[in-house]
Amino acid sequence: MKRTRPWLLLISKMKASLRRNGFAWLLLLPSLLFLLLFTFYPILLTLRLSLFQADLSAPEPVFTGLDNYRTMFQDEVFHKVMSNNVLFALGTVPLGIALALLMAVFANKALHGRGFMRSAFFYPTLIPMIAVANIWLFIYTPEYGFMSRVLSWFGVNDINWLGTPGLVMWAMILMIIWKEAGFFMIFYLAGLQNISKELYEAAHVDGVSRFTVFRRITFPLLMPTTLFVSIVALTNAYKLVDHLMIMTRGGPNNSSNLLLYYIYETAFSFWDQGMASALTVVMIAVLLLIAAVQFFGLDRRIHYN
Amino acid sequence: MRKVNVMVMTATLGMSVLAGCGSNTNTNNNNNDTGNGNSNAAGEAAAAAADNGAKTELTYYYPIAVGGPLTATIEAMTADFMKENPDIVVKPVYTGSYADTAVKTQAGVQAKQPPDVAVLQSTELFSLLDMDAIIPLDDFIAQEGGDTYLSDFYPAFMENSQTEGKTYSIPFQRSTIVLYYNKDRFKAAGLDPEKPPATWAEMQEYAVKLAGDGKWGLEIPVTGYAYWMLQTFALQNGNNLMTPDGKKVMFNTPENVEGLQYWVDLAAKHKAMPGGVTDWSTVPSDFLEGKTAMMYHTTGNLTNVKKNASFDFGVSFLPAQKQYGSPTGGGNFYIFKDIDKKKQEAAWKFVKFMTETERAAQWSMDTGYVAVKKSAYETERMKAYAAEFPAALIARDQLEHAAAELSTHNNGRIVKILSDSVQAALTNELTPAEALQKAQDEADQALASFNK
Repeated sequence: MKRTRPWLLLISKMKASLRRNGFAWLLLLPSLLFLLLFTFYPILLTLRLSLFQADLSAPEPVFTGLDNYRTMFQDEVFHKVMSNNVLFALGTVPLGIALALLMAVFANKALHGRGFMRSAFFYPTLIPMIAVANIWLFIYTPEYGFMSRVLSWFGVNDINWLGTPGLVMWAMILMIIWKEAGFFMIFYLAGLQNISKELYEAAHVDGVSRFTVFRRITFPLLMPTTLFVSIVALTNAYKLVDHLMIMTRGGPNNSSNLLLYYIYETAFSFWDQGMASALTVVMIAVLLLIAAVQFFGLDRRIHYN
Repeated sequence: MRKVNVMVMTATLGMSVLAGCGSNTNTNNNNNDTGNGNSNAAGEAAAAAADNGAKTELTYYYPIAVGGPLTATIEAMTADFMKENPDIVVKPVYTGSYADTAVKTQAGVQAKQPPDVAVLQSTELFSLLDMDAIIPLDDFIAQEGGDTYLSDFYPAFMENSQTEGKTYSIPFQRSTIVLYYNKDRFKAAGLDPEKPPATWAEMQEYAVKLAGDGKWGLEIPVTGYAYWMLQTFALQNGNNLMTPDGKKVMFNTPENVEGLQYWVDLAAKHKAMPGGVTDWSTVPSDFLEGKTAMMYHTTGNLTNVKKNASFDFGVSFLPAQKQYGSPTGGGNFYIFKDIDKKKQEAAWKFVKFMTETERAAQWSMDTGYVAVKKSAYETERMKAYAAEFPAALIARDQLEHAAAELSTHNNGRIVKILSDSVQAALTNELTPAEALQKAQDEADQALASFNK
């Protein structure tokens, strides 16, 4: 009996696989290269730099091991930034998704002005974030801003939305929901149109109530969309930064500071690149965790058509 | 399993390509280091040409921090310079706000591709020195007459330019904080429109009188500039916030606590000012809308207010406690280290040109910035302008009482520490004494490594 060496077996297996998938890999190669070059390679560099003291007091980076992480976990601002970000995610994601679903069902059913309705809902998505931030800066202005005008009809005056620690995060959350819900609506609209009409017809024949139809047919069959949207929404909650630059610079006293803005400050205003890298590593970990929980936790409970 | 193998293979392939890229870049850098230290193609071409007696090319980064069509003004000025110096080509690059410009410049410094000359905040001095990015200008200044040349610049503006006996930058677009007030609102409140408040006590009294009916007596901007505004109170009450060598800060003195308490009380106790944190850019809008009768703001906004105010307004010194006082602000010219000697010389010519007396006067009239030279105020055009618009002289006159803007080693972090604490006091999260003590402790820690 001829004994095959394991490595020979491996090579022959690889050959077979290459014959079968080689062309596909060739097609993927350019994207893969860019992914390596602009995603994985920088991540590795960041990971490495996070172990160094690389700030203005160090002419050449000094290896300090986990010092940056130790300092980070003792840093009050870091704790505040992390809890702000959790609040921001909890505030924007469920409400944003619920609103998007509501708008999608509405825009899908609306008999009159369907096109108008859709573009009205989608419109905020098209405006660049910087412009949005500038518009809302004035909506939130005390005294003559839109928000203050509306509230003054009810006898409420002088609310400094962006200048009060307890209010500023809610002001941001409201703005982001307004900005993002229309974007998520588009995915739900597509999802709604993919649901087979026969299901609805069958339900109609059986005389099932509209609420039950939504609860038992529409909503479950939209779960793949919901999964996708919630991943996008959650990662967005950690990626948003431009509006802070314009509206609050993370203030007052860090009450609206979010992780990515803090990374920006650390890197480009404090010039502490070691710490900025360590913070970035934390952010990558958070994003990976979010994606993993959603994929492995939620994906199993989803019905696909 | 098979897929994994192929992935490993592809990854290895990718890595080897990457390694290839890396070594290529290194060789390029080496070439440039032995050449002229600038690896952009245009720069190399220009430098090569310069060796043959042709043109020297300069990249000039500049930020814009106030309103108006300043890009056109800057480009016209560089065009004039090239007319006078046909052997030098200046490429002006608009680089956004001060913060954006600092980011672009310092990223360039780290990549060994700095601009040749740039306007950056005067407070960047220690950061640029820590990065070993800029050259002292003393040799160039000596050629122009040394101290006689420098003595024409206002001393308050030079404070942020010099350290340890060397001059590292030349003032260009400089400012101080002044008080703007609405004369019509003064009249309506029964106050003399020609007598702005001159002391803290008067300021408080006036602000309370002017507030009411949903309008404010005074607004002091906070977002982004909390430390700068605190400096006004610190200087008026005796002393600046840091040592000239940028290694120590004095945040928690009783004088500063008193100053911050005064600021906090204007809103919390006297209701003369909006509570919480007020945005830098909405304060001038509030003033122009008549929502606030007075504001603390940079003199850089003078031309904007002059053009857009629909009422009679006045400009004055900030009110005094022990003395008058305001920090200076704004940007200076820096020349970079990692560039050709020839370029440094050309850059100096350019800096000298941009701050010449007549040009400084014109620049001040175009923008509202303070002209950086005393002689600029002796020119005919400036005299004529000031006769017609006396407010243009207030910031200049206040310079006598002005001092350096907060500038230390690790400046970005120190500024943030102080600004956060001031915000905590203004939003009543901490008392002024607690806030400044916290700022002092954190700042001491952030400066520790520079005090070894």
